[in-house]
Amino acid sequence: MKRLLNSLKLMLGLAPTRPAKETWTPEAKEMHAYKKSAEQVAIRREAIKEELAAGHSSKKWKIRRWISIITINLLFVISYHFDVQLVEGALTASRFVGFHMADLNSALQVTLAYKHMVVNLVIGTVTVFLLWWALGGRTFCSWVCPYHLVSELGEMLHLKLVKMGLVKDHPLDRRLRTVLYVIFALLAFATGYTVFETINPVGILSRAFTYGASLALLWIGVLFLVEVFYSRRFWCRYACPIGLTYGFVGSLSPVHINYNLENCLHEGECRKVCLVPHVLEITKMGYADDVKIQVGADCTRCGMCVDVCPTQALTFKVKGLDGML
Amino acid sequence: MTKKVKRNPNSPASKRARREFLRAAVAGAGVTGVALAGWLPVSSYADTRLRPPGAIAEKDYLASCIKCGQCVQVCPVEALVLADATDGFGLGAPYVNAREQACDFSCDAVQCVLACPTGALSHDIDKKEQVKMGKAKLVRPNACLARQNKGFTGQARGADFEGLHRYTEVDRWTPIKVADFDYDLEICDLCVRECPIKDAIELVPMENGPGKTPVIKDACVGCGMCEMICPVEPACIEMEVNPMGSSA
Repeated sequence: MKRLLNSLKLMLGLAPTRPAKETWTPEAKEMHAYKKSAEQVAIRREAIKEELAAGHSSKKWKIRRWISIITINLLFVISYHFDVQLVEGALTASRFVGFHMADLNSALQVTLAYKHMVVNLVIGTVTVFLLWWALGGRTFCSWVCPYHLVSELGEMLHLKLVKMGLVKDHPLDRRLRTVLYVIFALLAFATGYTVFETINPVGILSRAFTYGASLALLWIGVLFLVEVFYSRRFWCRYACPIGLTYGFVGSLSPVHINYNLENCLHEGECRKVCLVPHVLEITKMGYADDVKIQVGADCTRCGMCVDVCPTQALTFKVKGLDGML
Repeated sequence: MTKKVKRNPNSPASKRARREFLRAAVAGAGVTGVALAGWLPVSSYADTRLRPPGAIAEKDYLASCIKCGQCVQVCPVEALVLADATDGFGLGAPYVNAREQACDFSCDAVQCVLACPTGALSHDIDKKEQVKMGKAKLVRPNACLARQNKGFTGQARGADFEGLHRYTEVDRWTPIKVADFDYDLEICDLCVRECPIKDAIELVPMENGPGKTPVIKDACVGCGMCEMICPVEPACIEMEVNPMGSSA
């Protein structure tokens, strides 16, 4: 319970804290003490040196994820243009082989603005809620959201430019996303119009794919440029209310990234690639209060940390299916 | 809860936190501002666009449309268009540009209503006669061919017109291009001839002169078919939008 609250607080933008030693589990205490022995420190140091020299990084999860994003978004386009009627609509709301689906954030905005909810929308919302609860909540962000892919390309460019010393990352106060979430909820309610939908990159891109280019794509261009030249992953990290909605949904999801303290070298390569590195604070030496920890609600289950970790300290886990996978 | 540690306001950490806060404030204002800029044009509900069949009152319509375009997908004549950012009436919300492509109820039912997941198109509607998008109005009577007792031959809107219409006599199931259909009429009655609603419009002999004038009746649903087919440029008939839509 306490861990859930902490994970939600972290998602809402509070700074990660180092848990007091008294709150560590006996196993964690023992593990930390063991890892601090001179012999273990030396072994780790050697291992880190090897890791950095090898430059090990798998692309397994990244490739799977890109295939997922492209396939799902392509299905919408194919369904319309070749009249397959597999998934009709856009990512804001659709019909999957006739079954209603509604994006949770768009449904929330419409409900706040309209102040009614029709049966179809209830069906679509409940279906999608259960789906993303089961699959990990923000899994939507990194496995479906078309802007995520755009943003990942922006990030690659950004990191390249940073390496060349041409640009610098400008982090923002992470509480911004929570504030924007409240602002857009209030605006929808007060104006009776889904104000956020005008700048919703998921809707803009999804509609553009299916129904043709629109001038709203300029907004995507602005976000992209901000992310390349000013602030790494600006939209997904600090602004997007959709991410927060799905974050809440997935806070108790069976699908998660599991942290195993025993295997961890604490060298921090995972935090360097992570979209939401605050959820990986636990990988710092002395920050884990247990030997096995489920990574927090803000995690998008993108698997970048899994790909980069040389010791399988971070792995995908599905609660209740441990033996089967 | 963790204990609050008083930080030196001039420490690098405090300075960094202040900068991050400032950037967030500016970014937050920017993002909110852009979103509000998209709302301002629709806030007065002053722009009157022809909405799809079954659309509820404009205010509720704009509130409830989830902008998924499922209505666009089912329309056999592609009469529904999603508004763009510069159109200023709700990005992604569908409307009908009757002169370019009217809704001629080629789908026989109201497929767009059935497709709508949020009720922005009222599910109380199941027949085309119940629709109240607006009402046709003879806005340029002097240009009307029928009133001048003139006939019409050829393609209603010329060879380059892209609009579609279902000519039951050609193909009961598939709409064809208006440009692929040739007319040869002694007196132009295109607006009456192609109207998909029974008793919505008729030609009535004029008191002074040999011509006939189109008279629009209460059954008219405002689908825009007469506006699209009118061979005069600009059209003699236009749609008067009903801001209450089909919610009444």
